[in-house]
Amino acid sequence: MNWLSDITPPGIKKMFRKRDDNSDALWAKCKSCDEMIFTKDLEASQQVCPSCGHHMTLSPTTRLNAIFDGGQWERIELPDVVTDPLKFKDVKRYTDRLKDYRRKTGEKDALVIGFGQIEGVPSVVAVQNFAFMGGSMGMMLGEGILKAAEQAIANNAPLILFTASGGARMQEGILSLMQMPRTTIAVQMVKEAGLPYIVVLTHPTTGGVTASYAMLGDVHIAEPNALIGFAGARVIEQTIREKLPEGFQRAEYLADKGMVDIVVHRHHLRETLAKILRVLTRHGKKAKPNQQGQNVTPLRVEAQKTESAQKALEAPMDKAAE
Amino acid sequence: MRSYLDFEKPIAELEGRIDDLRTINGDEAVNVEEEISKLESRAEKLLADTYANLSRWQKTSVARHAARPHFKEYVAGLTEDFTPLAGDRAFGEDKAILGGPARFRGRSVMIIGHEKGRDTKSRIDHNFGMARPEGYRKSVRLMEMAERFDMPVITLIDTSGAYPGKGAEERGQAEAIAASTEKCLSLGAPLVSVIVGEGGSGGAVALAAANKVLMMEHAVYSVISPEGCASILWKEAQGKGENKAPDAAEAMKISAQDLLELKVIDGIVPEPLGGAHRDPEAAIERLGDAIEAALHDLEPLSPDELRVQRRAKFLEIGRSLAV
Repeated sequence: MNWLSDITPPGIKKMFRKRDDNSDALWAKCKSCDEMIFTKDLEASQQVCPSCGHHMTLSPTTRLNAIFDGGQWERIELPDVVTDPLKFKDVKRYTDRLKDYRRKTGEKDALVIGFGQIEGVPSVVAVQNFAFMGGSMGMMLGEGILKAAEQAIANNAPLILFTASGGARMQEGILSLMQMPRTTIAVQMVKEAGLPYIVVLTHPTTGGVTASYAMLGDVHIAEPNALIGFAGARVIEQTIREKLPEGFQRAEYLADKGMVDIVVHRHHLRETLAKILRVLTRHGKKAKPNQQGQNVTPLRVEAQKTESAQKALEAPMDKAAE
Repeated sequence: MRSYLDFEKPIAELEGRIDDLRTINGDEAVNVEEEISKLESRAEKLLADTYANLSRWQKTSVARHAARPHFKEYVAGLTEDFTPLAGDRAFGEDKAILGGPARFRGRSVMIIGHEKGRDTKSRIDHNFGMARPEGYRKSVRLMEMAERFDMPVITLIDTSGAYPGKGAEERGQAEAIAASTEKCLSLGAPLVSVIVGEGGSGGAVALAAANKVLMMEHAVYSVISPEGCASILWKEAQGKGENKAPDAAEAMKISAQDLLELKVIDGIVPEPLGGAHRDPEAAIERLGDAIEAALHDLEPLSPDELRVQRRAKFLEIGRSLAV
């Protein structure tokens, strides 16, 4: 807030409020069927249009509330990273963009990580936030996914990742591209620990995110009609000079092409995840909670364990695991 | 006839004058010799100065230079008994990525890389070096084979990016790239990658998650092409017909020198004066020396040590940068 807004009476502020600030609006319009929906109803239905079933964007915290038992979960903070290593500036400074999105979303970056239980199965769930710079993958998000993986291993818990992203964050240049191999390492660590890694693809998931951790899950679940792809539709149309078919790069299309296991309505997501986790985590020999990653193979960079990994392993979240 | 890039015009003029003088015969030829050698040293100095101070956008055009050596030339110059293998054993063959076993300086290796093609016909044949899922799946297949025969893997990266096509998407371009990256990271054999021309985004990194990542001196490696970045971040100016790709190239810091400073790559292979296209044979030799040195360091390591080294190296990227 600047000095002007500090001295402006609330009534005046309201008059000049930006039009897109409709957070406390009573009604919302479904972009798919144009139906006017009572905001309270939309909240109750997890942002699924009661009239046409269109899945709208769900905020990461609302998502975590809906997924975990009793809406109870503990936040895992994103690790700090160097800010703006390239001193990037297009028409705007990257640092200014970051500040704007941090203020707008109240989050540090485009990922929220929670630890809690899904029908009794302790789980780490990471949710990408499309509202934060298009969910773009930069260094902090990459470190966040590594931390989520480390916490999953430390707690002998599955890792569930909700993807939503336009791809790599250009403002971090090559360092954002390097998050593709780095997040792939996170996935490998979870898999080597014998823990399930489940991806839930939400609208939209494209670019470098799809081409790394989003397509490496043991199970790929997608929300209905979510856009999932590598290249953007416009780029493809310009390249091949033809119209793309109806439903191209949508969840159902990908399921049809063998890239997605199941398309699940948001209202059935929690029970679907719980069913899969129950089976994958209770097959006998590996169902030992809180072994602090002892069943991890030597490939887990034991010799050169990084500081953050070390810290993560030393500080298992006993409280949440109880 | 040599082809010159835009910023090479002053060099082109000097070299043109040298060529003109060379055509002079007879009595005047004695004096001309002196003039020629003067001009030659001027041209060489100009070339050295120009290439020591290339902007990132100029480097992009050098990296894309039509006469720059490609995968086929590198393989012909560096290896013997190369057998190109084809197909992903699932859907088809993708000639944007070539590869196969060969002998390299006294050892058997698996060499894999993008091939852009040289003339119109071969460019189409190789799809301009833009691979489809089959290319990446073939690469995984060849890496697995290398593991079985305990052969180091060399990858040469030269692509503007993975192919954005309908079929490529339908057959899982994203999954193919992710799986190829994962294979690089889990490979139990030494893996040396060199960005020899363009390292374009995910289509490049899919073959370059290596124990040692090198770049040719004037190669570029970026998350998105300068043109692509400009069209998104400078949308308005681009819409008015301005070319903001040079600005995007600068902002993204895409040169080999940038990436070494950011500790993303392990080394730079010096190119002959005026770029690899001026003296392909020398460029090929230098690349061979660099690969040999890298392999020499990696060959004593066990498969697990190789995996640990690779993983630690990538985990370290970005962490050591000054806050």
